[in-house]
Amino acid sequence: MKLKKFNGLGQLTIPVIAIALLVIFNLIRDPGFFSIGIMHNNDGNVVLAGNLISIINGASELAVLAMGMTLVTAACGGQDISVGAAAAIAGSVFVKVLKSGNSISGGTVLLAFLLACIVAMIFGSFNGTLVAVFKIQPMIATLILYTCGRSIAYWINGGATPTVNSPIINAIGSFIPGVPIPTPVLIVVCMAIIFKLLFKFTSLELFTQSVGINGSAARLNGINATFIKLLSFIILGVCVAVAGSIGVSRLGLINHETLLIDIEMDTILAVAIGGNSLGGGKFKISGSIIGAYVIQMLTITLYAMKVSSTDVKAYKAIVIILLVVIGSPVVKKWFNKVIDRMKNKSVAAQKGV
Amino acid sequence: MPNDELLKMRHIEKRFPGVLALHNVDFTLRKGEIHALMGENGAGKSTLIKVLTGVYQMEDGEITLEDKAVVIHSPQDAANKGISTVYQEITLCPNLTVAENMYIGREDSVWIKHKDYEKKANEILNKLGIPARGTQMLGSCSLAVQQMVAIARAVDMKCKVLILDEPTSSLDDKEVNMLFDLMRDLKAQGVGIIFVTHFLEQVYEVSDRITVLRNGELVGEYLCEELPQVELVAKMMGKELDELSDFEKSESSKVNEKEVFYEAKDLSSSEALAFDFQIRKGEVNGFTGLLGSGRSESVRAIFGADKVTGGHIKVNGKDVKITKPVEAMKNGIGYLAEDRKRDGIIAELSVRENIILALQVMNGFFKPISRSEAESFADEYIKVLNIKTASRETPVGSLSGGNQQKVILARWLLTHPDYLILDEPTRGIDVGTKLEIQKLVLKLASEGVSVTFISSEVEEMLRTCSRLIVMRDRHIVGELTGSQLNQAEVMKTIAGGEG
Amino acid sequence: MTVKKKDSFREPLTDTGLLMTITICIFVGMYLLAMLLLKGGFLHAQQIFDMLNDNASLIIVSCGLTIVMIGGGIDISVGAVTSLVVMSCVLYLNNGGNIFVSLLLALGIGLAFGLVHGLLISYLEIQPFIVTLAGMFFARGMTTILSVNPQKLDHAGVNAIRDTKIEIPWLGYTARNGNLVPARIELGVCVALLCVIVIFVLLKYLKLGRNFYAMGGNQTSALMLGINVKRTRFCSYLISGLLSGISGYVFMLHTGAGNATNAAGMEMNAIASSIIGGTLLTGGVGNVIGTFFGCMTLTTIKKIVVSSGLNDPWWQSITTGGMLCFFILLQSVVLGRRAKSKKA
Repeated sequence: MKLKKFNGLGQLTIPVIAIALLVIFNLIRDPGFFSIGIMHNNDGNVVLAGNLISIINGASELAVLAMGMTLVTAACGGQDISVGAAAAIAGSVFVKVLKSGNSISGGTVLLAFLLACIVAMIFGSFNGTLVAVFKIQPMIATLILYTCGRSIAYWINGGATPTVNSPIINAIGSFIPGVPIPTPVLIVVCMAIIFKLLFKFTSLELFTQSVGINGSAARLNGINATFIKLLSFIILGVCVAVAGSIGVSRLGLINHETLLIDIEMDTILAVAIGGNSLGGGKFKISGSIIGAYVIQMLTITLYAMKVSSTDVKAYKAIVIILLVVIGSPVVKKWFNKVIDRMKNKSVAAQKGV
Repeated sequence: MPNDELLKMRHIEKRFPGVLALHNVDFTLRKGEIHALMGENGAGKSTLIKVLTGVYQMEDGEITLEDKAVVIHSPQDAANKGISTVYQEITLCPNLTVAENMYIGREDSVWIKHKDYEKKANEILNKLGIPARGTQMLGSCSLAVQQMVAIARAVDMKCKVLILDEPTSSLDDKEVNMLFDLMRDLKAQGVGIIFVTHFLEQVYEVSDRITVLRNGELVGEYLCEELPQVELVAKMMGKELDELSDFEKSESSKVNEKEVFYEAKDLSSSEALAFDFQIRKGEVNGFTGLLGSGRSESVRAIFGADKVTGGHIKVNGKDVKITKPVEAMKNGIGYLAEDRKRDGIIAELSVRENIILALQVMNGFFKPISRSEAESFADEYIKVLNIKTASRETPVGSLSGGNQQKVILARWLLTHPDYLILDEPTRGIDVGTKLEIQKLVLKLASEGVSVTFISSEVEEMLRTCSRLIVMRDRHIVGELTGSQLNQAEVMKTIAGGEG
Repeated sequence: MTVKKKDSFREPLTDTGLLMTITICIFVGMYLLAMLLLKGGFLHAQQIFDMLNDNASLIIVSCGLTIVMIGGGIDISVGAVTSLVVMSCVLYLNNGGNIFVSLLLALGIGLAFGLVHGLLISYLEIQPFIVTLAGMFFARGMTTILSVNPQKLDHAGVNAIRDTKIEIPWLGYTARNGNLVPARIELGVCVALLCVIVIFVLLKYLKLGRNFYAMGGNQTSALMLGINVKRTRFCSYLISGLLSGISGYVFMLHTGAGNATNAAGMEMNAIASSIIGGTLLTGGVGNVIGTFFGCMTLTTIKKIVVSSGLNDPWWQSITTGGMLCFFILLQSVVLGRRAKSKKA
């Protein structure tokens, strides 16, 4: 019975175990690792601080992108590798609009964000058209934007890396005065709620899974597979704009070369660690979000162990391989066999008594 | 002739969890004969073949090949012992040449001797009269030729026993004849051929002997000329045949008084030639004809499943446009596709999600069916159609074929269609479920639903349909009603004037 | 090539052949156009040799990637492994290492990566993208663990090899001061060309090579035809790893320094080269000759952009992206039409 319950988590088993192991490991290493402190930041706000907060805060962009990527993966059976480049474009547009006026008001920020969204959605539909209409594999189709996206971002701001100084941007990137929780975390929660509502009030989840599992059957049941695939890329575009805006606000400047660099790989990883098949079909957004936090917690843990930021990748790779090996079908089968044998033995032993 | 027995299988037993798939089955194949293995779906034909080719290991029994007892461990092992199989789905690589396909996996050196192989391949292809060249890409050949290349490969491997598993199901008449010539040729060379098919006519055309299985047990072995077709059907179906006869069919005279629900003029699609068609409310009609005659393509055109290229359509007397499945659905038409795995089920989704799928599409993207509503729908239809599933959340892919088909039927019934197109709803499912589905069709008709029913089994169509549309070579060649609805008349119309 | 006999039947081009022919035509056309319009360096043979000198290691990894892609897989670790090999060899040689051992080290690192990738992907059935992504992270991380700072190669023997260039006087040109400058080819180019030829022979005339195609074309069929699919897949990653090792050594001979950012983005360039050369990510279709021309096409574009006076670095990547888009759409249209005409 216990074993059955253990499997009851389904595809979330691996990411949850990973988080649990990381937590235990950190607690053994440093019992105070997860203690949350209260401190005053430079602006005089009362804010929460500590490793746990920086993990949850730092993973925000990754979590937002992972949500959109899950949808694309499920519908198209492939991944978008241009999210980092597209986020740089969205971030550049965001800054460009902010810098166009004299002062930055709430309205300007909203306008800037909306424009960034629209631009990111346009690039998303470019990728989506290649995938849905021309039937090109997602990875190949998005290789185009991956190659030239950051150059387009460079061109938007004329090669400069303008800085933005505004209390509003600062509030988006760190803390809203009076709220002790980092704003990016709140944005992730908002995005998660939006996705939840999207699944509740539309048939997106059912249609996406149908298209991803059996496109032909989905079509014969009247589902417009082209539209669903395109839609997944457009939704990812929104996520890209959100992630890009968070990234820009955090630093207060746009650097087209370094903004969210290499995040596409981490995003795909988050989706995979979340137990979603990279071949499409059934998916769980929650898995991908947990996956994003696993990756970030791993990174922060390594930092805490005095591993330099450039070396982190090597250790991360080892942990990832361990995770996917444990989660691989072959190992699972082998594991089940061992359990069966143990059960049989215990049954036999009972009979013997 | 004591020693012409090539292969003997005795007392074969094979169990699957919960099912006895083969029980005490005997099978004998002689040198130079074509032996048809017949039986309904689920009778154990494919299990027997898989035991023989080493895909499954039998629990009990023995296999003797040329008087030597053998144990077959794997398909590879079977091939090495001289037992080759050609499957319905071509198991060759389309991106390699014909010659490469014939010699791949059994070369003697690390190097590929292209010239050598091409020469040898061409020799065999010529000898067997197969219209292909060794240097040709396999993918550029027709399906029939690809199948023959697979046979040529088996012949070149010096096979003694050749198993053809449903080889004709994707071939047209001319191609079937080519294949049969090849089979007779091999027979003359002393190869024993096991021919698995569900086309009765083809069995009588080439076979010498027939072995019939039913429910995993041997019914008997017969010489072809000693077993009339009707008796063969009876032996395959068993006593269920009697049970079927007390079906009450809606009288065509009654139906003719009702108004026309759907009418198409000059309807054509990328796959189907232009045709006219109409169906009345509460009518059950059927498209019949051999495979490739265009019957599936025609109903697909009605549903808008292929690209519609022309035609005028009236539903309930009003002009409508149906070019996409969703438009057909909006007009009250449902379509159960021929290929259940490819076009029907969403294997990894639950029974519940599969059942509500079509209704959800009709409701639209922004009006999702709530979870509780979906659950009650699912529970209702699981009960009504007697779907055997562990729960409504079980992935539909893990159900048996018949139950998968019921789930798809439930999907369409839930949309309360006015007109339901069922393309081969009884294919690949057990006899019991077949009966249930036929009864359901008649029940729907009595409630005023129009149904178009397609089946490879003419018997089934005669039992359910009040009007049969006969197709040949992608054209409608006749319509049968009333007293014309009998097997002889249907066969005559399908075969054309000379019959 | 011998001329075909008149009576022998000419088979229509295969998908592989068609895509490759398109690429070669476009490459030749583009180069001729550059010769006519831009003149300058394009009129000298040295231009082509420069392109080869700069891209020898890219050509080598692309060959490996082509094999993996033909088998229906993907390997995105190749650039990172190249970088790790460069750094390890430079550090080893600078600490008084032996040339022969350094070569073994390079091959060993490459093989080790290929071995682990192959084991995990074919025997544990883990998605290749994730495995090689982890491989890429590991190799990049190890490179910076070895040294964050750039390391200049300081080894008399290897420097001598590095500076050895094959000179072809008759392909040279006369410089402004009247001296004849012979065409120069680095040793790495010879290695790269050798790799292309060896892989070409492997794919065309060896059982293993043909098994790659069978596996990529239809895995179930390959299994039924008696091919050991797991071992074949394992081999494809092993070869890719080995070639990454060779590529690293060639890269070191070309740049003469180890740097943590070496070969950055090389995996994507290699994938782009393979695609332009007519390899499909779906597997079963592709050819190393095409891949070679894919690399050259990619480089030519960059050269043309620079020669046209568009010096901003972002022009290069935008034209590369545009070119990639063009090729991908072209292939999609060409193959789509073919499939349609076959059906009719």
